[in-house]
Amino acid sequence: MADVNRGNRPLSPFMLGKDYRLQMTSLSSIMVRITGIASLGTAFLLICWLLAAAASPAAFDLVDGLLTSFVGDVLMTLAAWAIWYHVLGRLRHLVWDLGYLLEVGVSEKMGWGMFIGATVLTLITIIAV
Amino acid sequence: MVQLTLPKNSRMTTGKTWPKPEGATNVRKFKIYRWSPEEGGNPRVDTYFLDMDKCGPMVLDALIKIKNEIDPTLTFRRSCREGICGSCAMNIDGANTLACIFGLDEVKGDVTIYPLPHMPVVKDLIPDLTHFYAQHASIMPWLETKTNRPAKEWKQSIEDRKKLDGLYECVMCASCSTSCPSYWWNGDRYLGPAALLHAYRWIIDSRDEATGERLDQLEDPFKLYRCHTIMNCAKTCPKGLNPAKAIAHIKEMMVERAV
Repeated sequence: MADVNRGNRPLSPFMLGKDYRLQMTSLSSIMVRITGIASLGTAFLLICWLLAAAASPAAFDLVDGLLTSFVGDVLMTLAAWAIWYHVLGRLRHLVWDLGYLLEVGVSEKMGWGMFIGATVLTLITIIAV
Repeated sequence: MVQLTLPKNSRMTTGKTWPKPEGATNVRKFKIYRWSPEEGGNPRVDTYFLDMDKCGPMVLDALIKIKNEIDPTLTFRRSCREGICGSCAMNIDGANTLACIFGLDEVKGDVTIYPLPHMPVVKDLIPDLTHFYAQHASIMPWLETKTNRPAKEWKQSIEDRKKLDGLYECVMCASCSTSCPSYWWNGDRYLGPAALLHAYRWIIDSRDEATGERLDQLEDPFKLYRCHTIMNCAKTCPKGLNPAKAIAHIKEMMVERAV
């Protein structure tokens, strides 16, 4: 493509938050990406747990002890929130891909809905299990 | 690729603080990005003070006042001062807009003015838009026809003409494309919201006869599909248009013709 950086031209500032204001549109979108990657970590933990169960009783006690400790509880709560948020985020993408609710105001409301919805669903999950 | 920091030569330093206007009671502080190819070095942020009792209401009024009365070297593009030429697009108070139609009263506190984000800077507030324009040219921004030319004009029903509303108003100011994180990180191959909005404008034009070719050209993992519906484009458009929606409709048409 065109040679755009002739000489030593600086790149103009762009950082989200610092140079470009973080808005509900970009925040709710980037959180879908972050929760998606974080859920990969959750899946990894689950595999560790299953592997330990298959390996030996001692290994299982170690991993299970870690996952059911206070730190494990906090981790699992965050993981549940991330999964719920990601589910709601992907639902929003599904609605968008069908061509609906693409107005800025509605999208921002759906963004708030994802944050509040994920929190409520996490609380329900904790109460249920 | 995702880029989280500015390259070394692009990091901003604190620049000159220009003297305050004498005898003014209603003073406002402006922090403006400065870089000149003659001086080289890193960009700096200069501080200016303006007497708001003697300044027009828009951000462009303030810039022109600074250039006329304080610092004639301050460089920016401007022309129509009524939001139709698209020249004075810049990052004002952390979001892209046109300086001429953005009121100073819409900014709380100090006014920070940077060039459009993640673009090579030609000088001060002027970004290099060569690549941006080349991308627009690549989507064939004209009526493409195959049938014989009619005796008079290419006709269109009122309903079909209505489909172009919300699209034809684009002034190519580049506010949307340079607000888009996908465009920052993949702008070399992703066409960006402005070019894609224009692509859609020609795709749904009832008189255009190259819809298939246009869609073929966009069927690419980068050109079209780097749009993740972040919607910074629609949020920032100074003309109130919605490129994200236009892009979503292109994606729909891609699915429709495949199934």
